[in-house]
Amino acid sequence: MTSPRTFQVQALSRVEGEGALYVKLEGDRVQHVELNIYEPPRFFESFLRGREIHEVPDITARICGICPVAYQMSACHALEKALGIQLTPEIHTLRRLLYCGEWIESHTLHMHLLHAPDFLGYESGISMAADHKEVVQRGLRLKKIGNRVVETLGGRAIHPINVTVGGFYRAPRRRELQALAADLDWGLQAAIQTLHLVASFDFPDFEQDYQSVSLHHPDQYPMNQGQVVSSSGLAIPAEEYEQHFQERQVKHSTALHSVLLPEEINYLVGPLARINNCFDQLSPTAKREAERCKIEWPLRNNFKSIVARALEVIHAYEEAVQIVKTYHGQPSACRVPFQPREGSGCHATEAPRGLLYHRYRIGDDGLIQEAKIVPPTSQNQGQIEEDLRNFVPQVTQLDDDQATRKCEHMIRNYDPCISCSTHFLELTIER
Amino acid sequence: MAPKPKLAVFKFASCDGCQLALLDCEDELLAIAEVVEIAYFLEARTQVLEGPYDVGLVEGSITTPHDAERIRAIRDQCKFLVTIGACATAGGIQALRNWADVGDFVSQVYAHPDYISTLATSTSIAEHVAVDFELRGCPINKAQLVELVSSLVRGRRPKVPTYSVCVECKRRLTVCVAVARGIACLGPVTQAGCGALCPAYHRECFGCYGPKEQPLNLVSLTTHLSRQGADGRHLVNLTRNFNGYAPQFRAASDRLEEDLSS
Ligand code: SF4
Ligand code: SF4
Repeated sequence: MTSPRTFQVQALSRVEGEGALYVKLEGDRVQHVELNIYEPPRFFESFLRGREIHEVPDITARICGICPVAYQMSACHALEKALGIQLTPEIHTLRRLLYCGEWIESHTLHMHLLHAPDFLGYESGISMAADHKEVVQRGLRLKKIGNRVVETLGGRAIHPINVTVGGFYRAPRRRELQALAADLDWGLQAAIQTLHLVASFDFPDFEQDYQSVSLHHPDQYPMNQGQVVSSSGLAIPAEEYEQHFQERQVKHSTALHSVLLPEEINYLVGPLARINNCFDQLSPTAKREAERCKIEWPLRNNFKSIVARALEVIHAYEEAVQIVKTYHGQPSACRVPFQPREGSGCHATEAPRGLLYHRYRIGDDGLIQEAKIVPPTSQNQGQIEEDLRNFVPQVTQLDDDQATRKCEHMIRNYDPCISCSTHFLELTIER
Repeated sequence: MAPKPKLAVFKFASCDGCQLALLDCEDELLAIAEVVEIAYFLEARTQVLEGPYDVGLVEGSITTPHDAERIRAIRDQCKFLVTIGACATAGGIQALRNWADVGDFVSQVYAHPDYISTLATSTSIAEHVAVDFELRGCPINKAQLVELVSSLVRGRRPKVPTYSVCVECKRRLTVCVAVARGIACLGPVTQAGCGALCPAYHRECFGCYGPKEQPLNLVSLTTHLSRQGADGRHLVNLTRNFNGYAPQFRAASDRLEEDLSS
């Protein structure tokens, strides 16, 4: 009879926000797994009540410093539906450019500074720089360009101030966008180098039967538009999201867990799920380079999410290049005015970490009456725990330290953003 | 060689945006890591070096009983403690709970409110422990962060401006949005540091750097704005956001709200 063994990480590192991990083993059998999110709740949905419509993108941005644009995008689109605002093609294009900037910034940070160190055996990107200076520097420059894109359109990289319901406060000037072109051209080539580096990493054998959930749009890689789809054939407008997905509270987490109905199963959102569902919509260079890596899509191993991120970075660079070189919008077409009025609207967009759903009700006084926000990490949380249950048997022969490190690596496959899910990581493994 | 000064970064209730500003110093990050020992920074590295630390950067506000304890232990570990951002300096946007019943908030979001441990208020770090320096902003400005770190390494006090956003607008030759467009703007009472960003994008300053240190007159500003036709509810919201619980802003929004109900 063996006594139970536990692994725990009391404060997970290289993730955004605060969380812990607890795993209990009986022999080699996993008895219990908990991704414990103790990030203190901040109650955004509650204090949005009574705020003005134009304040919502400024306020929801503060849910997450790493992906503020995503919160602004979902909020704006949901409110625009509630208000019956028809956006101009210019606004749609500029919003895609803004999103490209955020995907680049967020993905390249995660790949080079947070996740690659797991594959190459370092405790951080900073230590990794001692031996792989070129890779880290390339990552930093790739990231910086993403930030520049957000700054150009949004005024600043963290919590942009130029995004509003109905468009942009001030239209970018053509030459401001064109000034980005040379860096974006460099970035596209550098992103290809990073793809081939990460595709050559050693990946654990870990095939899972994921339900990939993402937006899908026939004509574009999903960012702001499209239907919510799943690997098993679900295809619904955002308006039906709440009929198919449900959030639950679990005792060990200040984040709510979300499940796919009717079977109440866990599901996967984020870069891997997006490419699984939307490979055809990737940009030509991303598709060509994906084929050169000799990795077959769809993928069922989320350790390879780093490859998915790399492909999305290529896509984002390529699309950004194309937008800045061809943009001719008139400043007057960058903002659609509106009158506050009663109404409801919901919308989902693709945050760097996956689907982000917002719903609002506006009262007859033009103030927010109700808000609901479902962030990507709370949708992934159930799947992370399920992955851990399936993954831990692979590492039980290791000592506690190494086993714990492997589990943390697995969690980082998700690039979990715990601040978003309200809510970070502590890892305990009990054996 | 003298040992490198030890830097630690701590997080409380926040969005991670202010600590991200450190990782956003793409050009300086590796150089900073050469002159300071990044001893504790969970978002960026797994390695944890024991305290004491020469400089502690604190992001986030205090919202749980456990965090109220944790900040005291951190204070004891840090020679020079700096709050970074509106959350740490004034309670952040989550301090909007301070005007509501947090019990209602918990039950609006969670089906089992009994699992959630939270305080009724979100408060600044300075309400709990002594703070040596503060960087303003939601988020902080990374140039100010680099200035802070390099000054501390050289053993001098960092220099950050304490005048208003208005002054920065004049410097960058932005046409005043209040005068030219009749927009209610907090620029005159908000501390500089952002470079007067919002007015350059044709919108109001909503005070994300908080009330400026030098004496300010919020009463006369808000009275002037109401006379110009700004809506009362709008003025309450404008003064009650990311730095809403900073004493000067708090007094202003409370007074404006009283006027609304009278
Ligand atoms: S001050 Fe603003 S940017 Fe900084 S952590 Fe708080 S919410 Fe985020
Ligand atoms: S202008 Fe005001 S609200 Fe805008 S970034 Fe500067 S301090 Fe913040």
